[in-house]
Amino acid sequence: MEDSVYTEQMIASIRKVEATRPKRLEEAKRGYRFDKLSLKDSQELLEKFHPDYITEQKRTLRVGPSKGEILNIEVVNIFEGHSRIFKQYDEFLRRIKSPDYVTDVLIIGGGGAATSAALMAYKNGAKVILATKLRTGDANTMMAQGGIQAAVTPVDSPAIHYLDVIGGGHFKNEPELVEALVNDAPFAIAWLEKLGVMFDRNPDNTMMVLHGGGTSRMRMHSCLDYSGAGIMRVLRDEVKNHPEEIDLLEFSPAVELILNDRGECIGAIVFNMETEEYHVIHAKATVMATGGFGRLHIQDFPTTNHHGATGDGLTMGYRAGIPIRYLGAVQYHPTGAAFPEQIVGLLITEKVRGSGADVVNVDGEKFVFPLEPRDVEAAAIIREATPCENGGKGKGMATSTMYGVWLDSPLIDLLDGEGTIAKKLPAMVRMVNRFGIDMTKDPILVYPTLHYQNGGLVISANGSTILPGLFAGGEISGGVHGTNRLMGNSLLDVVVYGRRSGTSAAIYAKEKFIDWGKPTIQHVFEYEQEIAQFEDIPEDRITPVLLPDYTPEHVKKKQLTTSYSGNLW
Amino acid sequence: MANNDISDNSNVVQSNEVLVTEQTTSKPTTVPIFIMGKRYHVPSTLTILKALEYAGYRLLRGVGCRAGFCGACATVYKTPDSYKLKVGLACQTVVEPEMWVTELPFFPAVKKTYDIEKIPATAEAVMAIYPEIARCVACNSCTRVCPQDLEVMDIIQETLHGNLKKAAELSFDCVMCGLCASRCPAEIVHYNIAILVRRLYNRHLVPNSLELAVRVEELAENKYQNEVDRLKVLDEEQLRKIYSVRPREGSPGVELKTNRIDWDDEIMKGNVK
Ligand SMILES: Cc1cc2nc3c(=O)[nH]c(=O)nc-3n(C[C@H](O)[C@H](O)[C@H](O)COP(=O)(O)OP(=O)(O)OC[C@H]3O[C@@H](n4cnc5c(N)ncnc54)[C@H](O)[C@@H]3O)c2cc1C
Ligand code: SF4
Ligand code: SF4
Ligand code: FES
Repeated sequence: MEDSVYTEQMIASIRKVEATRPKRLEEAKRGYRFDKLSLKDSQELLEKFHPDYITEQKRTLRVGPSKGEILNIEVVNIFEGHSRIFKQYDEFLRRIKSPDYVTDVLIIGGGGAATSAALMAYKNGAKVILATKLRTGDANTMMAQGGIQAAVTPVDSPAIHYLDVIGGGHFKNEPELVEALVNDAPFAIAWLEKLGVMFDRNPDNTMMVLHGGGTSRMRMHSCLDYSGAGIMRVLRDEVKNHPEEIDLLEFSPAVELILNDRGECIGAIVFNMETEEYHVIHAKATVMATGGFGRLHIQDFPTTNHHGATGDGLTMGYRAGIPIRYLGAVQYHPTGAAFPEQIVGLLITEKVRGSGADVVNVDGEKFVFPLEPRDVEAAAIIREATPCENGGKGKGMATSTMYGVWLDSPLIDLLDGEGTIAKKLPAMVRMVNRFGIDMTKDPILVYPTLHYQNGGLVISANGSTILPGLFAGGEISGGVHGTNRLMGNSLLDVVVYGRRSGTSAAIYAKEKFIDWGKPTIQHVFEYEQEIAQFEDIPEDRITPVLLPDYTPEHVKKKQLTTSYSGNLW
Repeated sequence: MANNDISDNSNVVQSNEVLVTEQTTSKPTTVPIFIMGKRYHVPSTLTILKALEYAGYRLLRGVGCRAGFCGACATVYKTPDSYKLKVGLACQTVVEPEMWVTELPFFPAVKKTYDIEKIPATAEAVMAIYPEIARCVACNSCTRVCPQDLEVMDIIQETLHGNLKKAAELSFDCVMCGLCASRCPAEIVHYNIAILVRRLYNRHLVPNSLELAVRVEELAENKYQNEVDRLKVLDEEQLRKIYSVRPREGSPGVELKTNRIDWDDEIMKGNVK
């Protein structure tokens, strides 16, 4: 380990991890990994150590349909922000009457939910425009590693899947939404199989399935540890196979919805970020599929999310009157990389634990069952790593900026034979390797990282919202996963609810759409008036955020004529 | 060089500031890099992507996942020690002192359209769609630039020889960054061919999962709806009870004989009424 990137203290700690490994290996072979926490102990642990329970980091939302909700400050801020179009309200009011594009279905977003919706809307006879912020497929979907759940084996059933989903979600899930999720799951996998997704298979060509955190049956389907990419690349390819029927507008995020005088959604205003033009799109039905909000860096956590995950659809939908649900529950992935600096916050997939790696402390001791539901697992790691003076156990390994615990990956090869890691986890091996770590020989230092938006806009089982003409699906929605999503159920969510919302939108466009009516953005005006009551909302807090701001202070200080704060230029 | 330009001066100031702010974290080293030929001083530990941001670029193109999965940030660079062009993903490559660097976020490449259901999984079919594939001169330029270290030339060669399975496996980790296509003398767009090959292979050569097909059929007949309906109306307390006693596949002592929830047993245990 001479030229190791690990520090001397880390290497000393790794020796301890190695010392306990034979015993842990022997236990794992017997099927024992660690005692699971009872529901009561889990609850106590959560209340003391999960970031969701830190009240100082939260604030009451004062405006809009769900005012009174207590959310993280960063999230309140996107709702208590000014519309990008308000300063030129009259001009926009004039512009929305003469559209630049007219279509049956407008899909906002370019991830798994959006592309699934686009394909289903197309299949149901609609002309589609897909407007997205970066390139199609620059999305959280592309980054998913672990897999996608569906109950397909003879010992599994949608009912058992249902039980796992709802228990993982702390029994807060909407029954109707869970029902659709688990019942559609096998159809979703079969659809992807038919589109040519390269799933991992057993020798008899059945799907290879594994456990994930909180599953009682093995039902995690995967494409090695490129599961999201395996799916996203195919969906993108298929969307691009229909250029006549599905028009892609890239680098053109939506900034506000357009309604009509009957209060129906009839499209959106999009912003071409390259030319800085605003375009008006009229659509008989609209699907909001803008994904999550990891790039808001809630409570200053690093994040696993892609560059464009700034909660835009939440802002637009909320302004148009759609309530939110469970947005206060944020998912921190238990195992984000904690060292070296360049990869802090990036995901070390749950599949590493699913494949047999233990989570151990600085002394090499196990302290938690490695596949607890995510919030419990994350809280256990935070408790173990937090110094004693701050109420933790003080058993974390220190880096120059943070604490972490070890994810003992070499155990996987010892359990299942040399080469297993390289074969099953190529993305992980490659990523840590690029920064000097050989995970087949040494453990990886990990700490929880901001990962997933458990809640979101309220939808119903067909993907509709309370706003006629507006549908939504994927990470943007709330209720499917209660207050805690299990791995593999969100990739499933995006395919199931992407398909449902796309289908529903096409049917709405065909059967329910009356006429365009009189286009308005009155909801933006009214929302601004509500905001105007509060003097502490800064004028330059413009939302949707669109892109995270990583310009360092020393540069900003000299960019005197430019404005920032949630703004682009 | 002394009188290079104004930006040189401002960089001096910049790097001083860096020293001040960095002292607290005990890593004072910055290195000069040339972004599209213009010099900036950046902390030596940053990835190229973060170095661009540190220098003041607000990225729109050339950034996606920030984690090595999306291929948005293909980057080419040279270092003083070599005449060779080096490549990498900006989000996955640490800066080197004196590097000359630019992102290559877009490369014009043709993506053909097709109906995956209708085309057979053969080399001929792929060649009919992308005829240029036959022009490969086996120069290996594509392989040399792949930031994922894939055997890109072999992907093309295996496809030509009709071994779609091998080509699919070899190309599985492709992030579609476009670097291979930018170097190919035969103007082949490797990643578009590779996704076609993977889809064809999985659609037509891998037999469908029978187990999955059976489950889909069962669901079409609503086989499990009763149990789901029953779960849907339980109150939280009852759900909690059933949830906490549910057996976990693979745990010691658990032998699963059925995929039915044992309602009789649950009622006996008082978990449900
Ligand atoms: C690193 C990582 C690993 C994960 N692993 C797993 C896993 O193993 N299993 C699992 O089930 N789930 C996993 N997840 C979660 C899962 O991938 C996501 O929840 C899911 O893919 C979200 O899909 P989506 O389509 O809703 O959103 P996304 O895929 O994020 O797509 C949202 C799209 O909307 C676009 N957009 C944003 N704002 C706007 C706007 N204003 N206008 C237009 N377009 C906009 C974005 O650019 C993007 O293209 C993981 C997530 C991450 C980040
Ligand atoms: S094969 Fe080509 S497109 Fe794919 S990762 Fe390698 S260089 Fe990039
Ligand atoms: S660069 Fe082009 S011609 Fe050269 S080996 Fe690769 S595919 Fe063939
Ligand atoms: S930003 Fe996605 S690979 Fe670098």
